[in-house]
Amino acid sequence: MERVEERVALERMLDWYRRMVFVRRFEEQTERSFRRGKIGGYLHVYIGQEAVATGFLDAIREDDIFFASYRDHAHALLRGTDPRAVMAELYGKATGVAKGKGGSMHLVDVPRGFYGGYGIVGGHLPLAVGAAYALRYRGTDQVCLCFFGDGAVNSGAFHEAANLAGLWGKEGMCPVVFVIENNQYGMGTSVERASAVPDLARRFDAYAIPNERCDGMDVVAVHEVAQRVVEEVRRTGRPYAVEAVTYRFSGHGAADLFQSYRTKEEVERWRQRDPILLLEQRLRERGALDDAMKAEIHAWAEELVEDAVAFAEQSPEPPPEELYTDVYGADP
Amino acid sequence: MTEMTYREAIRSTLIEEMDRNPALVLLGEDIGVYGGTFRITEGLLARYGPRRVVDTPISELGFIGAAIGMAMLGLRPVVEVMTWNFSLPAADQILQNAAKVRYFSGGQVRAPVVIRGPNGAGVQLSAQHSQSFESFYGHFPGLKVVAPATPADARGLLRAALRGEDPVIFLEHAALYGIRGEVPNGDYTVPFGKAAVVRPGRHVTVVSYSRMLHLALSAAEQLSREGIECEVIDLRSLRPLDMDTVAASVRRTHRAVVVQEQWRLYGAAAEISAQIYERCFDDLDAPVERVTGEDVPAPYARNLELLTFPNEQRIIEAVRRVTA
Repeated sequence: MERVEERVALERMLDWYRRMVFVRRFEEQTERSFRRGKIGGYLHVYIGQEAVATGFLDAIREDDIFFASYRDHAHALLRGTDPRAVMAELYGKATGVAKGKGGSMHLVDVPRGFYGGYGIVGGHLPLAVGAAYALRYRGTDQVCLCFFGDGAVNSGAFHEAANLAGLWGKEGMCPVVFVIENNQYGMGTSVERASAVPDLARRFDAYAIPNERCDGMDVVAVHEVAQRVVEEVRRTGRPYAVEAVTYRFSGHGAADLFQSYRTKEEVERWRQRDPILLLEQRLRERGALDDAMKAEIHAWAEELVEDAVAFAEQSPEPPPEELYTDVYGADP
Repeated sequence: MTEMTYREAIRSTLIEEMDRNPALVLLGEDIGVYGGTFRITEGLLARYGPRRVVDTPISELGFIGAAIGMAMLGLRPVVEVMTWNFSLPAADQILQNAAKVRYFSGGQVRAPVVIRGPNGAGVQLSAQHSQSFESFYGHFPGLKVVAPATPADARGLLRAALRGEDPVIFLEHAALYGIRGEVPNGDYTVPFGKAAVVRPGRHVTVVSYSRMLHLALSAAEQLSREGIECEVIDLRSLRPLDMDTVAASVRRTHRAVVVQEQWRLYGAAAEISAQIYERCFDDLDAPVERVTGEDVPAPYARNLELLTFPNEQRIIEAVRRVTA
């Protein structure tokens, strides 16, 4: 029996490994495409943080929903949004998830429960709290995940959303899981320089919301916490907060070239705990991954990314008529 | 037809729509236990319970944002802002989320939240509580902005808002809650973007909305005694803006006066005047006149406040200038 469980667990870990490698390759490609002028605007990649969204999004049900910040490519991909449609959106093409109208910061896939990436730091937290209320109002046991960065916790939106969640949670009307993706920096300002209380999970103490920290570089640890927390929130209708301590290896955005706010040594230290590397070591220790399999997985990921790029390149631009659609709905 | 006050018009429409649509929920400060600052929601907590009539903390950014999130998930939230002045902390939610999410999601997400409450000035509330937000919110595509002047329009526009698919900025006026008027019986809506010619006339077109409409009508009555016939138009809706009705009238009268309570610079009257020039330049016999609030934060002292906002006399003078 134990063997079967171990086998299932290893299969699942191997699956995370595949996904994380794919997300990493995808993001690296977006950086190249940005430098080549194929992607415009801002570009915020998830490199280094993969374990967080991977662990959480594998802990929710198909009918659950989630909101994210503008660093949102990984969330869409991990939830199963077609990589072609994601890349096409970044390329500003008609075949993108939002018909090329949202771009990198606003990936949305409602059929998969993804209510969007949002571009204003902290601005989507109140939305997620209201969405969670709506889930309970409709009498379902669905839950809502709300991903945001460490920079959001000092905004008014964070505090007002947390207070409402705490209040509505007392009535069992707010099944939201707040996921702080603490990557150590709000753009170039470190958590210590931005937050009077740098232990960010504790911020939720003020709003009667249970909270904890987890190792955001270890997908196994993230998933374990996520699974427990999601089930508790599903059962109680009360909010919960998890601070996943992680690190972004790339700059804040594609324009963050010099990274004067941190040292190469610091980045190198964190790279020792690269979430993909950590998972690879675990899998190798258990004999679930060898060089041949690794090469195969990487080749598969690269092929998927190349396919997405080719699709995006070949896709048409949105037609001019699209300019005026989706501003308003139908009149009553 | 039934006679009722503007307050009763809003209240009765909310009740009828709540009975009709179980997805409709109300949120706001002191709308439940307290009964509503302007008594619009009195008794509704007892009638519908705390899940549908949600008393919120003083936290507009939070609860307006949450209401937008509810709307995205298929509820029909109606937010009462105690006054529109308090919407400013939530401006990011209204302008960046509600107004734009349909567009940047490529039509995947809609946010039909209705935000309603008193807008405007004139009751000695001084600087921070006396101002008008129609051009501020009207600037942003994705929002609809309406400002009913009568009980009948309050009912018809609110019902349209509650059945539409878009976020609606519903601007009431504190000075209008007590006015009485005839309202049609039955289930009617007033479509957005349809102005009403509320008094026909042949000499000059006077364009207004909300409280200013009543001043315009009173001015028109007085001018009629000296033989000047004003055609008074109630815009009712600021976005969409029914310039067809305005332009058709100006082509007949060849003169126009636009009346607004808010500040002159970048105000609604500036837009309306510009569009009159664009559409009716060759029809005009005189420059368009604007009657607006003075370019100062609203003062408290009654005499200064009276100097700040438009009155019948200023409308009469403007009409005389364009018809001279």
